[in-house]
Amino acid sequence: MTTLLAVEDVLVRFGGIVALGGVSFSLAKGELLGLIGPNGAGKTTMLHTVIGVVKPTEGRILVADRDVTRLAPDARARLGVALTHQIVRPFRGLSVLDNVTLAAGFAKTTHLARAIVSVSRTAERARARELLALVGIADYADAAPGVLPLGALKRLEVARALAISPAVLLLDEPLAGLNSVEAARLAATLADLNASGITMILIEHNLAKVAEICPRLVVLDNGRKIADGPTAAVLADPQVIAAYMGQDTSGREPGREAAHAGG
Amino acid sequence: MIGAYEITLVAVVSINLMLALGLNLITGFCGQVSLGHAAFFGTGAYAAALAAGGLSLPVVLVLAGLVACALGLLVGVASLRVREDFLAITTMGVGFVFLGFVRKQGWLGAEMGLTDIPDHGLGDIGFVGLCLALVAAMAALSWHIKRSWMGFGFAAVADDERTARTLGINAAAYKLAAFVIGTFLAGVAGAVYAYFTRFIIPSAFGFTVSISILTMVIVGGVGSIWGVVAACVVLTLLPEFSRVINDYKLLLYGALIVLTMRFAPGGLAGLVRSLVARRSTGGAP
Ligand SMILES: Nc1ncnc2c1ncn2[C@@H]1O[C@H](COP(=O)(O)OP(=O)(O)O)[C@@H](O)[C@H]1O
Ligand SMILES: [Mg+2]
Repeated sequence: MTTLLAVEDVLVRFGGIVALGGVSFSLAKGELLGLIGPNGAGKTTMLHTVIGVVKPTEGRILVADRDVTRLAPDARARLGVALTHQIVRPFRGLSVLDNVTLAAGFAKTTHLARAIVSVSRTAERARARELLALVGIADYADAAPGVLPLGALKRLEVARALAISPAVLLLDEPLAGLNSVEAARLAATLADLNASGITMILIEHNLAKVAEICPRLVVLDNGRKIADGPTAAVLADPQVIAAYMGQDTSGREPGREAAHAGG
Repeated sequence: MIGAYEITLVAVVSINLMLALGLNLITGFCGQVSLGHAAFFGTGAYAAALAAGGLSLPVVLVLAGLVACALGLLVGVASLRVREDFLAITTMGVGFVFLGFVRKQGWLGAEMGLTDIPDHGLGDIGFVGLCLALVAAMAALSWHIKRSWMGFGFAAVADDERTARTLGINAAAYKLAAFVIGTFLAGVAGAVYAYFTRFIIPSAFGFTVSISILTMVIVGGVGSIWGVVAACVVLTLLPEFSRVINDYKLLLYGALIVLTMRFAPGGLAGLVRSLVARRSTGGAP
């Protein structure tokens, strides 16, 4: 198995707060990793460090064996790293379709000289429509993001990230805000995409859902990695249960209880 | 027949249009507020005044644009390190530094400026034609950029720079491109101004000019080419036709900026767009 992403001893400090206190893990090509942990554990910060919008105080990020720690987010995106935001960030001045079209045109926007001579958006628009349909929000294509319900905006994040044809997709709670039907559908879509070769990290607070989709979990608590391994084993780990429950609850069934904790 | 007065009007409106179209690229398309546009205008004017003696007019126009955009690149690079909300202050500072520098330079004529700038040799009609052709070319360039993937990238950077970067857009390069192209246009406008007045003084490139041009861009509707053109023509001609408006020009411009920001952030273009939308949906106001 080839390692696609490696996080080595990443330490992130925001002023006095240590958001990540030396976290390491690696991801093989084709994996679907669940990243879990209570609120404030540092999950979002971890993904932000991988895409590069947060620079680690210490540690390294490697993508396909290349050290990208000093690369800007746009350079990492061009290496195939894509992120969906937990707190949605659509381009509010662009239509839903244009949000995805822009991302689909990454080959044209990469070089300014190419960007200024390229006008046609036909191919990228077609690709964007496909992706909107894939995540189930094709009906909103011509709307402004401002009028979309949260569940649709969450899926717009996914469609837009997919538009850059990522090798690694970082999903920050994409299922939160969707109703159970929409969530089940998007989860199935993500599983299909993973099967088709996209490596993924999925943050999701509903442990029942995580257990369903992710074969492997990494658990963060207070900026530290407290578990890493096959899903069933991790969810049975007393330390993980304790982190979620705020107390030692070994003996209870973790999947159900913990699903309501975190947030 | 067109008389001297008409030629003056065409020249003044054209020069302001070139400045406004350039600033619209920077502020309108790419979202980088600049309060120092006059510095690049002035740079172009001084470069042209110095070069006009030895070089032909087309060469002087291009050279003035290049000198101005070299300064634009410098300011752009420095601005990349500045937080977005400080960019306005930084560029305003550039405007004052430019004036302070020029006022003390003997070779630039200091306070007295540069005089005896050679005639353009085009005749009145030729000069009016040059002005209009340059404005048309710059408007066409703006229009093309807006439709191109570069314009698409500008819109994304203006909307949310961080997110644009996570989608592979090199926001720094896009901002520099906007600065370089926009200040090139300002430099060309400066050269036209130098040929037109045939003498230049530092105070012609002061803060008032920067604010006036920014008012035109904001009132027209940031990013809208026709909106900016319309606002520029009206706001340039009003003070020419009315003594009172001329006296209270800065007050008027300031009030227009505040009113636009408060009540119609999309400017003229935004107002028209919402009127058209209201009509086409048939809804009552
Ligand atoms: N930009 C920031 N500035 C300051 N503190 C931050 C910032 N982002 C996150 N934090 C802090 O870092 C910790 C981890 O946050 P986060 O990564 O969002 O956790 P999670 O996604 O697991 O809920 C929290 O204590 C949070 O308050
Ligand atoms: Mg989070």
